[in-house]
Amino acid sequence: MKPVRKKRLQTVLLILATSALGSFFIIRALDSNLDFFYTPSEIFLEEIPENKRIKIGGMVLENSVIREKTKISFIVSDFQGSINVEFDGIVPDLFKEGSGVVVLGYLKDKTIIAEEVLAKHDENYMPPSIDIEK
Amino acid sequence: MFQVNRAYPYIFYLSLITYLLSIFWGLFLTPEDFVQGNSYRIIYLHVPASFISQSLYLAMAIASAVYLIWKVKLSVYLVRSIAPIGAVTTFIALISGSIWGIPTWGTWWAWDARIVSTLILFIMYLGLISLHDSFNNNEKADKFLSILVLVGSVNIPIIKMSVEWWSTLHQPASITLSEKPAIDLVMLYPLFGSIIGFTGLITCLVILSSKLQIIKREKNKSWVKDYV
Repeated sequence: MKPVRKKRLQTVLLILATSALGSFFIIRALDSNLDFFYTPSEIFLEEIPENKRIKIGGMVLENSVIREKTKISFIVSDFQGSINVEFDGIVPDLFKEGSGVVVLGYLKDKTIIAEEVLAKHDENYMPPSIDIEK
Repeated sequence: MFQVNRAYPYIFYLSLITYLLSIFWGLFLTPEDFVQGNSYRIIYLHVPASFISQSLYLAMAIASAVYLIWKVKLSVYLVRSIAPIGAVTTFIALISGSIWGIPTWGTWWAWDARIVSTLILFIMYLGLISLHDSFNNNEKADKFLSILVLVGSVNIPIIKMSVEWWSTLHQPASITLSEKPAIDLVMLYPLFGSIIGFTGLITCLVILSSKLQIIKREKNKSWVKDYV
């Protein structure tokens, strides 16, 4: 490689390294400041103010869903801890006991008052017949 | 250029047939998903579009490095001609993901790491186009374009790894190099077909777009005058 090109190659690598390092620090900063995502076992480890909107992710515990008119309450669990959720509204079709869920809302008296309930889909795709065989 | 012109119709018709057959196979001949029902079938558009939008950026990054190091003009023409195609495929990926999100997640948009990093990719494509077109001096434009493409290329591994690094609403990859696919084979074959067909069709677009770019940039050369 000619010296000129070698120098340009070094510049290219320097650009890549600088931007990688820059975004690494930005992401680290965002991670500790902006991500309000908690798992049910983490939520009581920290003091969370009532007016802070948080995200909870986990599984809907089997036999925990109670429906009353438009209101629904259920327990979100990560198999280490669990928390009650109350929600007034329509849950997505994929919302099911035993499947993943993401809840956005406020913590009040050890219960999440949910504003939004989203169903999380996992990476598994299969036809119904195979599900029965398993 | 001559050889590309000769290969072009073969690539085009082969990929068109492959894509149409895979779509037909995926939409009508595969069973429903056990949880999502019929809505999962959007993967035959969403997955190829997302795959292509990231691959195109990677191609642009390589072409930019080649331009910056060896000053091959053709490779920066390629960068400029890929950018709008990348913007379109990223847009398709975002829209098809939103349409799938409504029945599956219960929302069409979430501020989720995978979705936001893909949105950044879309904005970057648009930004690269407008940056290049805002210069009067072509050489300067080419230089800034390729530098910015390289800077933005860190976003590609971020998109790829976002579902692993953060707890996202978007599910992790179903197809990985290291593990058995988490998607059943009857659905996987048409998915592979659709990825191959879509890639071929986009390749044809890239060929057409770069031909246009070459003619535009070399318009004062005598061979272009003979060609047009």
